[in-house]
Amino acid sequence: MPARTAPKKNARSVAPRRAPAQTSGKAAPKLKVAPAPAAKKKAGKALKSAKAAVKKVVARVKKASKKDSTSRVYEAATVKAVARATEKWAKEDLAQTTAKMPLRKKQFVTDSGIPIPDLLTLADRKDERPERIGLPGQFPFTRGVQPTMYRGRLWTMRQFAGFGTPEDTNKRFKYLISHGMTGLSTAFDMPALMGYDADHPMSRGEVGKEGVAVSSLRDFEILFDGIQLDKVSTSMTINASAIVALCMYIAVGEKQGVPMAKLAGTIQNDMLKEYIAQKEWIVAPRPAVRIVTDMIEFCTKHMPKWYPVSISGYHIREAGATAVQELAFTLADGFGYVEECVKRGLDVDAFAPQLSFFWDVHNDFFEEIAKFRAARRIWANVLKDRFGAKNARSMQLKTHAQTAGVSLTAQQPYNNVVRTALQALAAVLGGTQSLHTNSLDETYALPTEESVTIALRTQQLIGHESGVDRVVDPLAGSYYVEYLTDEMEKRAMDYIRRIDDMGGIIRAVEEGYPQKEIGESAYRFQREVEQGDRLIVGVNAFKSNSDTPIELLHIDEKVAEDQKARLAQVKAERNGAAVEAALAKVEAACRGTDNLMPPVLEAVKAYATLGEICDVFRKVWGQYREGGAF
Amino acid sequence: MAERKLRILVAKPGLDGHDRGAKIIARALRDAGMEVIYTGLHQTPEMIVNAAIQEDVDAIGMSIMSGAHMTLFPAVIDLLKTNKADDIRVFGGGIIPDDDIPKLKGMGVTEIFTPGSSTQDIVQWIRTNIPERV
Repeated sequence: MPARTAPKKNARSVAPRRAPAQTSGKAAPKLKVAPAPAAKKKAGKALKSAKAAVKKVVARVKKASKKDSTSRVYEAATVKAVARATEKWAKEDLAQTTAKMPLRKKQFVTDSGIPIPDLLTLADRKDERPERIGLPGQFPFTRGVQPTMYRGRLWTMRQFAGFGTPEDTNKRFKYLISHGMTGLSTAFDMPALMGYDADHPMSRGEVGKEGVAVSSLRDFEILFDGIQLDKVSTSMTINASAIVALCMYIAVGEKQGVPMAKLAGTIQNDMLKEYIAQKEWIVAPRPAVRIVTDMIEFCTKHMPKWYPVSISGYHIREAGATAVQELAFTLADGFGYVEECVKRGLDVDAFAPQLSFFWDVHNDFFEEIAKFRAARRIWANVLKDRFGAKNARSMQLKTHAQTAGVSLTAQQPYNNVVRTALQALAAVLGGTQSLHTNSLDETYALPTEESVTIALRTQQLIGHESGVDRVVDPLAGSYYVEYLTDEMEKRAMDYIRRIDDMGGIIRAVEEGYPQKEIGESAYRFQREVEQGDRLIVGVNAFKSNSDTPIELLHIDEKVAEDQKARLAQVKAERNGAAVEAALAKVEAACRGTDNLMPPVLEAVKAYATLGEICDVFRKVWGQYREGGAF
Repeated sequence: MAERKLRILVAKPGLDGHDRGAKIIARALRDAGMEVIYTGLHQTPEMIVNAAIQEDVDAIGMSIMSGAHMTLFPAVIDLLKTNKADDIRVFGGGIIPDDDIPKLKGMGVTEIFTPGSSTQDIVQWIRTNIPERV
């Protein structure tokens, strides 16, 4: 595999273009040097030595071609011929046609603003190098992280669910499992995400609304009741209070007799993107990242099947970032966590295989596919060159994906099924490992059972009827997709370098740099929609007078009362002194450098509540607040 | 006489962090020549009403995505009344089901903008419907 033997010298730059003046163009034929010297036909004894010589030559040529990262996919003569033909085509065919019927736009661009030429041919790809595309399951993983991709196993169809009481969500989990869902994915309500119990004044009106309400281990016991935790993989979308949720999950496992080493799943736990985009936090970035690092360290040692961080572009994109910005800021976050772990003295190959990603999949079909491919290539190169990873698994960017909630429209809601299907197809062609498809009613409320079933069926249709599951990375070598992949990579690396120059992602976040860039993009997008430069079907084009009303899921206010009652009961039944003692240990760990996981685990087992544990964080580090800049 | 600029408080109550809409509206109103104060995230009704009174605004625009609108809008309106500041108009937007809109208006919310509303519509609506306070 050539790519493995193409060492990169510049730690920051991905795939430097080396010495083009000396070797470009002429390099490709080297691959074809015939290994047979003339001596071959000579008699008897000579034969043996001749064969040895041949072997040597073959080895040398092979070695040379491996070292030579400038070998090209397309031969120089072919490139020249196609370039000439294309020039003629542009002057004649294209010119004549556009004279009669001008193009619809002066300049076509992707949603990220990457220019799209009139035509791409192999001449535009004259510098295409085989090792940058590579092979599936091999460095730099442009074509995917497994050799077989969906021919081996389909992606995990993982529908995010959570609302109301733990009983409600438990029922929805069981419903989805019975309909063929292959992994659980838990949404928590806002109070849980922000570290408040159901009875806190800040929780007014929010209990069980945007996800399931949980305050104590008792709620977790109900949430996963009847679901054997060694038989499922569970994803939990929770960040600022993630450490509490993970410990509660471990505790439920223990009660079922499942040791933590056997628990499989992912916890989102990506705090950097919270400050950048989703804005759910408790304490400031630095202590928050310390907790994340504690969790990575703990999981690396005790939970080999658990992904302790899901480095998320989803929220960055939903907040208004372009695909390029999503790619750049998310990878920068990832490098930030790697940096922190390395600073702590952890071996990159010990923890990096347990990092995973989460992309948004928006409308621009090919750009989204290119984003997945570029992301894998950048991650692989940077982990190898900058962080010295040696284990291939450290360099593999494994990812979950979700179709773009922000692209759904309240108008003509059934159109959302079509949007979601196209986005889901892009995620599959991009090589995702798991996927959530949004439901048609999500601009109004959490999805009903019926709409979430259509969303799951959308994935099943792609997986079992469309035929795209039968082939690995079918778009490799497409002039356009490879062009976009390169462009996405180049533009993302420009951002990543800028962030490095600022002193790293934590610094950049503290200075509000990604936040500002995203705000600009969001505003620009809105202006384009309002000026009609960007058409959204049913919103600023092809409007209907009356929209078909759809049925919505309503969350009863009674949920809050039930949750408060259960919390009061838990507090009455638990051993108060044990809770006090456990919380004191959590506080001591916060103030010192001991890993926070063991004391938090002890606290949740004593039925200390999520709010009480997060109150310790607030007490030690203070409540974080963002200013009102816009 | 030089017209006093309309002062609008763009407020983000509740726990959710979806501030894309609130920030876009804040910018659009500012670009339209209004004075805009944005509260930042995670505000309680008390914090919002205090800010509105201190900043002497003509109206409060609240953005709510979390489903807590039936609790948070009335809380702000009640507090304005308690503080004898109910000449400050309250409007809002976000993920708000159609069925809830008449109920919110019945509680004293002047207007609700749902997803897909253009910033220009909102600017126009404010100019027409928000009287400058004296």
